[in-house]
Amino acid sequence: MTALGYNFGYLDENTKRMIRRALLKAVAVPGHQVPFGAREMPLPYGWGTGGIAVTASVIGAGDRLKVIDQGADDTTNAVSIRHFFAKVTGVGTTERTGEATIIQTRHRIPETRLREGQILVYQVPMPEPLFRLEPRVAETKRMHALADYGLMHVKLYEDIARHGHVAISYNYPVLVGGRYLMSPSPIPAFDNPKMDRMPALQLFGAGREKRIYAVPPYTSVTSLDFEDHPFQPVRADAPCALCGSRESYLDEVVVDDKGGRMFVCSDTDYCATRQTQREAAE
Amino acid sequence: MSALLEASGLALRFGAVPALDGVALEIFPGEVVAIVGESGSGKTTLLRVLSGMMRPEAGEVRYRDPEGGLHVVHEMGEAELRRLHRTDWGFVHQNPRDGLRMRVSAGGNIGERLMAVGARHYGNIRAEAAEWLRRVEIDPARIDDMPALFSGGMQQRLQIARTLVTRPRLVFMDEPTGGLDVSVQAKLLDMIRALVADLGLAVVIVTHDIAAARLLAHRLLVMRRGQVVEQGLTDRVLDDPQHEYTQLLVASVLAA
Ligand SMILES: Nc1ncnc2c1ncn2[C@@H]1O[C@H](COP(=O)(O)OP(=O)(O)O)[C@@H](O)[C@H]1O
Ligand SMILES: [Mg+2]
Ligand SMILES: [Zn+2]
Repeated sequence: MTALGYNFGYLDENTKRMIRRALLKAVAVPGHQVPFGAREMPLPYGWGTGGIAVTASVIGAGDRLKVIDQGADDTTNAVSIRHFFAKVTGVGTTERTGEATIIQTRHRIPETRLREGQILVYQVPMPEPLFRLEPRVAETKRMHALADYGLMHVKLYEDIARHGHVAISYNYPVLVGGRYLMSPSPIPAFDNPKMDRMPALQLFGAGREKRIYAVPPYTSVTSLDFEDHPFQPVRADAPCALCGSRESYLDEVVVDDKGGRMFVCSDTDYCATRQTQREAAE
Repeated sequence: MSALLEASGLALRFGAVPALDGVALEIFPGEVVAIVGESGSGKTTLLRVLSGMMRPEAGEVRYRDPEGGLHVVHEMGEAELRRLHRTDWGFVHQNPRDGLRMRVSAGGNIGERLMAVGARHYGNIRAEAAEWLRRVEIDPARIDDMPALFSGGMQQRLQIARTLVTRPRLVFMDEPTGGLDVSVQAKLLDMIRALVADLGLAVVIVTHDIAAARLLAHRLLVMRRGQVVEQGLTDRVLDDPQHEYTQLLVASVLAA
């Protein structure tokens, strides 16, 4: 049941329609940033207002929602967004990637492969991949219009010249559908390959900048690189201390006050599922 | 041989000021043409109009591509013009800061045009950048230095390297030695002359320095109040100026 006094999904129908129009445009032009008139959300910017606006506009009564923050379902941010939607839509929520129809995320893509029919909604703090290189907004728009992305490669060149490799571990720039340069939001570069030809629909919402963009199912997403310095998704060279995974993206956590550390999966659902399977097998 | 660039009937006013008034010219492959004239005579405006950076009120500029196709510069799309400016054309600004990225290393500055036209092999880009540093007499060991660490003359040479790396056939230069000490100017002019001869470049160079024009240019155009008052082979114009304004210009240099 929806809590009394709220429209389904909190936003009024006109706002949702307007955001859906922006989403349709975004899906039609993969990777292209579409402006939208954001309605104030009951959260400060930085708490995922763009993602919330997108989720609110696509969610329906039959959906099941999962919300993750850095891969975890149980952080304050993830919990409060999940509760918010449970309250204003009455839809069921889940922590299981496989059971969710909509997954709103901050900074990660789940390890479990997404499938057709699912929607991954990213919270985006800064949608413009060129903003550090070209501060003039009009010029970045022109660069997108002309697919003039040499400057991004200059940045990669500079990294290799200085560090011997591309020193971007989060928000690693990608080219979508061979056309638009796109910020994947601050997911680890490790997650970039998961975006490529993903069967699920990927939607991106930036609240402060009021921009929406999208990657439709099965669209190519390539990480920029050089022929002789190919893109390499990096992960800590260790198994997960809890589930033993050697494939998942790991967080390094401090375990005591003597500097003890261990590596565990950042995707809590993936890790818990593997631990359960392990126990069952024993 | 057909012209690389042809312009006819160019006119442009700023309010009551006729910055260009019926200017016509042709630039042939491998030819260096200097545009001289006092400050405010319309030299920079002419360069900006010829290179498509500014639109004239009347007249037309036509560019011939390497396959012989003729294009009206101000009818080209923005993408096409941008591409032209990075491939077959180059523009060297008076102030190197306008032509360089000051927060990008020397190597990155030279590599930018290569990457903009699709170069994706780091090692090749770097080797090409090092080679161009050598050509403009900057120690290739400084390939990772920021331009701000370079002297004014070095910055200007870096700008030239960055411009020439894609082997343009036509380069526009606006007072390239303008802000430099006299001794540095002489060295830079020598280098430009050698590069131009080596690469067979066509150059349209704006200068108010008659000596520089004599050193570099095959042909000279003398501008005054937006009009070309005299043009011809450099030696002819300077040794036997016909127009009284040119005579004044040459005399003032000889007197100085
Ligand atoms: N953007 C502009 N707005 C108004 N007047 C201009 C502009 N650019 C140039 N002018 C005027 O046009 C004339 C020619 O200028 P310019 O082409 O810069 O001359 P030069 O390069 O020979 O010194 C000058 O009178 C100048 O003041
Ligand atoms: Mg000038
Ligand atoms: Zn694990």
